Amino acid sequence: MTQPKGIYVLAEINDSQNPTSLTLELLGLGKKLASDMGTTLGAVILGSDITAAAQSVSRCGTDEVLVLDDPVLGTYDPEVFCEVLGGLLKSRLPLILLSGHTSMGQDLLPRLACELEAALVTDCVGLRAEGGEILFTRPVYGGNALATQKARTETVMATVRARVGDAPAAAETAGVVTRVQAAPVAASRLEFKGREVMVFKECPLEEAPVVVSGGRGIGGEEGFAQLRELAGLLGGAVGASRPPVDSGWAPTTCQVGITGKVVAPDIYVAVALSGSTQHLSGMGESGKIVAVNKDPDAYIFKVSDYGVVGDWKQVIPAFTTALREIIQE
Amino acid sequence: MAVDIIVCAKQVPDPEGPPSSFEVNEAERRVTARGIPPVINPFDENALETAIRIKEATGAAITLLSLGKGLSRAVILKAVAAGADSSLLVEDDAFDAALLDSFTTAHLLAGAISKAGPYDLILCGRQAADTNAGMVGLILAQFLGVPAITLAQKVEVSEGRVVVERVLPDGYEVVEAPLPALVTVSGEVGDLRYPSLQAIKAAKGFPQTALGRADLDLNLPALARLETVALAIPSRERRCALVEGDTLQEAGRKLALLLRQEKVL
Ligand SMILES: Cc1cc2nc3c(=O)[nH]c(=O)nc-3n(C[C@H](O)[C@H](O)[C@H](O)COP(=O)(O)OP(=O)(O)OC[C@H]3O[C@@H](n4cnc5c(N)ncnc54)[C@H](O)[C@@H]3O)c2cc1C
Repeated sequence: MTQPKGIYVLAEINDSQNPTSLTLELLGLGKKLASDMGTTLGAVILGSDITAAAQSVSRCGTDEVLVLDDPVLGTYDPEVFCEVLGGLLKSRLPLILLSGHTSMGQDLLPRLACELEAALVTDCVGLRAEGGEILFTRPVYGGNALATQKARTETVMATVRARVGDAPAAAETAGVVTRVQAAPVAASRLEFKGREVMVFKECPLEEAPVVVSGGRGIGGEEGFAQLRELAGLLGGAVGASRPPVDSGWAPTTCQVGITGKVVAPDIYVAVALSGSTQHLSGMGESGKIVAVNKDPDAYIFKVSDYGVVGDWKQVIPAFTTALREIIQE
Repeated sequence: MAVDIIVCAKQVPDPEGPPSSFEVNEAERRVTARGIPPVINPFDENALETAIRIKEATGAAITLLSLGKGLSRAVILKAVAAGADSSLLVEDDAFDAALLDSFTTAHLLAGAISKAGPYDLILCGRQAADTNAGMVGLILAQFLGVPAITLAQKVEVSEGRVVVERVLPDGYEVVEAPLPALVTVSGEVGDLRYPSLQAIKAAKGFPQTALGRADLDLNLPALARLETVALAIPSRERRCALVEGDTLQEAGRKLALLLRQEKVL
């Protein structure tokens, strides 16, 4: 194997062929780490028909973009992706490979770390260069503690949460785009038999400027309809703690927390949820947090900026009506 | 066709315990749980429940595999009684599950599994509630050379294959693999059933194998790829302005006005 060098970002693209917002954040973060460590920033992008996406990644402060563009990479198969990416990275071993803590990142990087005999830190909420090393911070014990870790291997990979980095400023010069021929892959042992996806009418939770979340105390689907009305009024989205999702009052895609979505809206309204560490782990970085809970000792009040103690069934309708009046003024 | 299933189950301090029960020792870089009992990691319970459903549907022999230091026998017994057939405990003072990195843990589990005999399916939880890493299952599969599917919300076995509904951010996909295979299980599966008192009594007589450090000839320090250099208590407390009113309706209205006044909205 070669001497590891450079920081690489595993880029992901959205339906409109642009890098995802998390990818942009990783590129911004990677740029900073690269300059702190005196090394280069590259990106790797895999997919089918991704020339345009590769161009736009090249304009995000990268020195180099490695493109694996092949029809077999059109949909994610971990065995194929691991083999193709592993093959490429073995010949250009990075010092650091950053991926989003996404569905693909969580599934692919442990496999890739085995392939490359690298260390891996998952679910990072902080990265910094210190004394020529990178230190990774991540929540443990459901968010009750923050661990700082470092690698004992030369190459280290990480999956990073949303909103840890800042998207880079537009670069004056574009990085070099190198198309790499994917080596022919052995047949995957996995067989994909179709998917069932939901179509969203509301704005995606992670990008909403306002999130209104309900907890166990909401008590049913009807309650969530009221929260949806409030969220709609504020141009936001509806979230939930885990119990409403487990009970089927809200779809799985609404769950906020350590095993759900990580959000950091300008305003997070927490209704009838207690503020467990697992939940806080997914929304603790929000701009302003507003809590409504009937229990004055609920932990959520300790981590909120504004609060009302009382039954949400009385507070929320009056709050919604008053907001509507304010907005109409 | 009855299959042999291994369920990997880690013991963790009850993750639903209040924040005050997790004592963070910054100097020793470790978290000590105070006054809360150990439990099987909730996602591993989901994995066990999945195994029991397969057993009911098509027949299976389930082995519960737990690795750690000072494993609670009561916790193991209750889990086995829920529907497993035997247990395999890998225990040593050096196997403090909270201090081993994912690669070390996966090496130890692979070593134990290779001693345990043939298997068709290995089920793990998607991630552990203490380390939160979500890596061991996938690494274990790579070490054993079997295909792996993550984040299952439903698992079925038929004709030498495993069929998995895999959770996606916006729905799910159906993925199949030939056995032997490893699947990591998500919370969508649903809770582990409670065993009856009768079942708990019966489970006391189920076969139990114990392995120690000497059985797994591994150079532990050389296996770890990560090192924890610091541990801290996250600071997230804020100062909360409580809004009051003669009635709760009034409080709700005042909250809206305050948010506008302070230009939050
Ligand atoms: C491994 C693991 C991962 C997890 N991941 C997540 C995750 O990603 N996200 C998540 O949210 N949880 C997660 N959990 C669950 C978490 O530990 C808590 O159990 C959960 O967050 C509690 O949800 P809650 O606050 O809605 O319910 P509770 O803690 O039961 O709180 C309900 C609150 O509602 C209040 N209330 C009740 N009725 C009313 C009313 N009429 N008006 C006003 N207030 C009312 C009560 O005072 C109480 O404070 C996870 C747990 C584990 C073990």
